[in-house]
Amino acid sequence: MNVPAPIAMLAELTHRCPLACPYCSNPTDLLAKENELDTDTWLRVFKQAADMGVLQLHLSGGEPASRHDIVDLMQGAHDDGLYTNLITSGIGLTPRRLDALEAAGMDHIQLSMQGTTADLADWVGGYKGGFDRKMKVAGDIAERGIPLTLNAVMHRHNLDDLERTIEMAVELGARRLEVACVQFHGWASQNRSQLLPSREQTESAKRIVAEAEKRLRGVMAFDFVPPDYYADYPKACMGGWGSAGLNVTPDGTVLPCHAAQTIPTLSFENVKDKSLSDIWYKSEAFNAYRGTDWLPDPCQTCDRKEIDFGGCRCQALAIAGDANATDPVCKLAPGHKHLVDALAEAQSAQTPMIWRSLGQR
Amino acid sequence: MSLALQQEDRPFLPRGVRVVEDRVRGGKVLLGPEKAVALDPIGEAILSRIDGATSFGALVQDLASTYAAPETQISQDVQRFLAGLRARMFIAVKGPKT
Repeated sequence: MNVPAPIAMLAELTHRCPLACPYCSNPTDLLAKENELDTDTWLRVFKQAADMGVLQLHLSGGEPASRHDIVDLMQGAHDDGLYTNLITSGIGLTPRRLDALEAAGMDHIQLSMQGTTADLADWVGGYKGGFDRKMKVAGDIAERGIPLTLNAVMHRHNLDDLERTIEMAVELGARRLEVACVQFHGWASQNRSQLLPSREQTESAKRIVAEAEKRLRGVMAFDFVPPDYYADYPKACMGGWGSAGLNVTPDGTVLPCHAAQTIPTLSFENVKDKSLSDIWYKSEAFNAYRGTDWLPDPCQTCDRKEIDFGGCRCQALAIAGDANATDPVCKLAPGHKHLVDALAEAQSAQTPMIWRSLGQR
Repeated sequence: MSLALQQEDRPFLPRGVRVVEDRVRGGKVLLGPEKAVALDPIGEAILSRIDGATSFGALVQDLASTYAAPETQISQDVQRFLAGLRARMFIAVKGPKT
């Protein structure tokens, strides 16, 4: 098959982060600082990415500002012609650092939002004072005119504040707002009973976003990720496995999506051993679920197969127990009953919230 | 607010949005926050004329004479293209010169 060049790369520079969000998309086995790629290796990877057609580079983590070399990394990516996006909690972004990043060619910032009040946001983020510092950083970003997207991660505990969240995004001068309902991978998968919104919350969120999108046309753009447990059909994982984007973890492992390491039958290659291009085009893991030939039934005969490509592999494994199966979110999936069961379980039994931390699950 | 541009409106690419050469796939691509849009020759022709000084009306006239096409048709096509970009905040608009 004809494999397209990747458009976007997510560089998870570090797993270190001052926050401890219980839905963090990092794996539950966090990598320590000594496992992180050094500056020169990251710069080599950025260059390889640009040379093979990557246009958008997302510098993420963990908290990317935890890296002492973040400004050098930004400069290198910019010099390679990449569009640079810093995905941050804002903690550690002093005015001086913002100035240096701006001078190094940073194109855009995506700032995370845990809640609309200090009480809620600091509880979710597990970091006292985090909200106040974030608001200060948001002001510093606006003052400099740096293009800003607010990424509001939504779940049962804050979805009722959606209207205020939208208002705040406008007040902070955000050009885009991502209303991203928690996806149940990484740390979120063990907090499903705490984080899954109710069906009523979900329906109400859809109405609020649709109304705000209309009202704020030309003022702020929206990206809405509804919780797919209540959907009829699955989402296309990464726009199709190995078709548009790739992730590089702090130690240089290259993944088709950030949760792919949960699939134990796949092995993933590292930028320390192979070029990014070799990994993208030739590695077994990237070719495992490319295209539609591998699709199981009922996807093979479904007219949606080029739309959702069978959905999310990690979710198929996590919920239906088989990474090769149709995403159980799909109402036509043989494993859909597992999703219905998981939903019922999350709605009935409440287990305590587990915040992200090093060295324990 | 309506996304449609008035004759005297002057569209521009805001900070963080730019058109670049796609040196791997060829052609031009519009880059903005977390999005990349491949441009066809028509999109490229429109965006290359957007500079914050040229009005929507003048842009349409220029395209109509360059491509020897009826102005009403061009106006509709450009309006549709720019309204789509404006909804995504990829273009911004200044009012008439005062």
